[in-house]
Amino acid sequence: MMNYLSMLRFEFLALAAVVLLLLIKVFSEKTSSSLILNFVNAFLVAILGVSFVGCPQGTFFGGMFLNDGTLMLEKRVITFAALLISLQGYTWLKEHSAYVEFYLLLFSVLIGMYFMISSGNFLMFYLGLEMATIPLAALAAFDFGRVRSAEGAGKMILSSAFSSAILLFGLSLIYGSSGSLDFQAVSDNFSSFNLLQLLAFSFLFAGFAFKISIVPFHLWTADTYEGSPVAVTAFLSVVSKGAAVFIFITLLYKVFGSAYEKWLNAVILLSAITMTTGNLFAMRQTNLKRFFAFSSITQAGYILIGVAAATQQAMASVVYFFLIYIFSNVGAFTVISVISDRTGKDRVDDYKGLYKTNPKLSLVMMIAVLSLAGVPPTAGFFAKLFLLTSGASKGMIVLLIIASLNMVVSLYYYLRIVKAMFVDQNETPIHNFQSDFASRLVLVICVAGILLTGFFNTIFEYINSLSFGI
Amino acid sequence: MNLNVLILIPALTLLGILLANAKMARVVALAGSFAQLGAGLFMLFVYRGLNDAGHLAFEENHVWFAQWNINYHIGVDAISIAMILLTSVVLVAGVLVSWNVEKQSKEFFFLLVMLAAGAFGFFISVDLFTQFFFFELAVIPKFLLIAIWGSGKKEYAAMKLVLMLMGGSALVLIGILGFYFYSIQAGTPSFDLVTLSHLNLTQEQQLFLFPMLFAGFAVLSAMFPFHTWAPDGHSSAPTAASMFLAGISMKLGGYGCLRVATYLLPDAAHAYSPYIITLACIGILYGAFVTLRQQDIKLMNAYSSVSHCGFVVLGIAMLTKTAMTGAVLQMISHGIMTALFFAVIGMIYERSHTRIGSEMGGLFKVMPFLGSVFIIAGLTSLGLPGFSGFVAEMTVFVGSFQHTDVFHRAATLVATASIVVTAVYILRAVGITLWGPIRKAEFEKLSDARWNEKLAAGILVVSIVIMGTMPFWLSDMIGRTTEILFTVK
Repeated sequence: MMNYLSMLRFEFLALAAVVLLLLIKVFSEKTSSSLILNFVNAFLVAILGVSFVGCPQGTFFGGMFLNDGTLMLEKRVITFAALLISLQGYTWLKEHSAYVEFYLLLFSVLIGMYFMISSGNFLMFYLGLEMATIPLAALAAFDFGRVRSAEGAGKMILSSAFSSAILLFGLSLIYGSSGSLDFQAVSDNFSSFNLLQLLAFSFLFAGFAFKISIVPFHLWTADTYEGSPVAVTAFLSVVSKGAAVFIFITLLYKVFGSAYEKWLNAVILLSAITMTTGNLFAMRQTNLKRFFAFSSITQAGYILIGVAAATQQAMASVVYFFLIYIFSNVGAFTVISVISDRTGKDRVDDYKGLYKTNPKLSLVMMIAVLSLAGVPPTAGFFAKLFLLTSGASKGMIVLLIIASLNMVVSLYYYLRIVKAMFVDQNETPIHNFQSDFASRLVLVICVAGILLTGFFNTIFEYINSLSFGI
Repeated sequence: MNLNVLILIPALTLLGILLANAKMARVVALAGSFAQLGAGLFMLFVYRGLNDAGHLAFEENHVWFAQWNINYHIGVDAISIAMILLTSVVLVAGVLVSWNVEKQSKEFFFLLVMLAAGAFGFFISVDLFTQFFFFELAVIPKFLLIAIWGSGKKEYAAMKLVLMLMGGSALVLIGILGFYFYSIQAGTPSFDLVTLSHLNLTQEQQLFLFPMLFAGFAVLSAMFPFHTWAPDGHSSAPTAASMFLAGISMKLGGYGCLRVATYLLPDAAHAYSPYIITLACIGILYGAFVTLRQQDIKLMNAYSSVSHCGFVVLGIAMLTKTAMTGAVLQMISHGIMTALFFAVIGMIYERSHTRIGSEMGGLFKVMPFLGSVFIIAGLTSLGLPGFSGFVAEMTVFVGSFQHTDVFHRAATLVATASIVVTAVYILRAVGITLWGPIRKAEFEKLSDARWNEKLAAGILVVSIVIMGTMPFWLSDMIGRTTEILFTVK
């Protein structure tokens, strides 16, 4: 029994949060919102804390649920990101009429992601995926007053349903060709792709491409990101993408690892297309949320380099990249959220002259953006170079040339933001204000993460020790 | 000598500037840069006392990311020591010149020292990854220094400069990653310069990697046809940043071409050398002729830098010990000379509020000190004996002329011919700005240099004269290192 609880601790704790929140919603309508918000954030911290106690390995539900150090690490990363985003949205949620429901949905999403990451069977995987997706679409519509929020959610639910259908079709073909949905059994059957299996794999791959927003399956991303509340946009770009990438890697390496040569070129091609397309669109954006949507598509392209390299270090660099990406993206989104909360402004032009009025926010934004661009001394530099190095260790020279040139292009549009804040003049700059404690806490954590994580090798070594390749 | 000091001093200076108030920031920056200069001189002193001077010394090697075979490996030889001294001299002068910056002075000094810190780290790194880290560290300071404190079309210039240099470093990065791949194939995965130099790459592999590494670094040293960032960037940047860009950043490129590309890929360097020599000669002449047409004296110096840095590339591509030594000497000489030039142009501009030569005139009468410094910089630029420019360019020419074939000799002669053009534009610039009648009445009231400007110019002039009159201690030291690097493996 203890073992059972210990292995499913993430899932049980998240479930407990859901139940508690339901009870609160039903029985104590009058409780102050800040108390509940503090409680929820403390709960997330507790989940993180508990996750460091011991690490049992094993399987459950007849091989449907797996647990080991790697999966624990991935769940930890996701929970950490969720915590940061929850803190970031503190002020927004305090005023929100349905903040309890927000967390109900958030924890449901987390449960779904935990199960998805831990799955050992395609059925469990699909269950987790849907559990993570549908509440997320509801979250995207959480700006009740804005039509665009509902529109973004609508686009998301439609494209999610579509991608789920594609994915399901792929899964049924997998079942048809191997007679099982168990990862191990499928893996044994898929050592050499026949035509049916290739088709099955392609559909599965396309379904994933939707979730990770890889070009050409990215079209929903920008609209959803723009429409959603900032906290949800951050969640979509960081947590949701992270969870999908983690299980994607597990599937590619463990289930389809023996057919590496078959899918390698597809991943390389998509990587090149994704980073280039994302870059070209990001250059033209004037709205910051749309801008970060395309920037996150570009980052997905870089991640695919690591996915394609498929060594232990490559996987470690993908996870590491995600950790840094959480710091950078959440940092940037927190600045956006603080500013749009106070002033309602979220266009690049509105940020002109920000350094004069809000120097600290501008510095955080600059550090975050430079980390995304991969400029030292930020950790983004290390993360990006590790991905490129993992590609180099497999000799993907053409992809690396495309990636390096894309880094130059991306520097242009990231510097546009820096230029707007530090160089440009503005008649009506955003006025000076003091941001709330929770946001400041997130900003401090993010900046510390960005500036310090790169230099110390222990974090990368730890992740590497839990990673695997083909 | 512990080389970490050279990283630690700038790092502490940066911290100090962060903590200081706006008035004290410049004091901290000056103290830090003097401390760095002191450390550099001490290092030179210790290095010269070593028995095996010329070899890599003061090495330190720590594992940084074991999984990628990335080490924090630092060490210096004569070339890097010369570069470090150059950087610290220019840093001291740059801080002194910017003493009266009022607009966001704290940020200004922070970025200036950060720019220098990147250069120091670059010159002491022996591991390509570490080196690249420091190389890229300069991106943000460069952009902000030009875009915020610059003049003219500063935003355009800043963006163009940063993107072109980033393009160069993208090429360098591909080269580095290519090296890593080949080192994995050879069974010794490494980013270490020393390890990689023993790699025995095939001709084909070398021919593939060399253009990336060399061209990537050559963008930074403004080799024709990658020079277009230099005039825009140099002329739009604030004085100290121009000094730094032309004096140091361009030298990172030359150092990389020599110490990384040519050192690691000697066979490819031989194969490509005719093309590089051709481009270098075009750059030298083209730069010189374009300079002739410039009315703006800052732009004039920017274009003349393209011409002068052509000699660096030429010397490297000639692949003889003397020519390479000359290339290093030219880097140092041009670094100091151009810093002096930009400094004095900035000082004159601050007083006369014009950079157009024909609008000045007779300035020597009102500011004799600055006028003299301007003349010294000019004479160094045109290669008058007694100043550093002569030593450096002469060494390049002698080294180049050691080749006996027609192509190399013709190239040498073409490059030498540029000196005549240089003399024309320098003497003309001196004539129209300093001599003749005072053109505007308000010029009468202009003041001469202040103490900080005198000190800055003095330090640079002394360096030029020392190098010009006593060149051998330096050129012998560098010569030993080039000999070790390019003959002994």
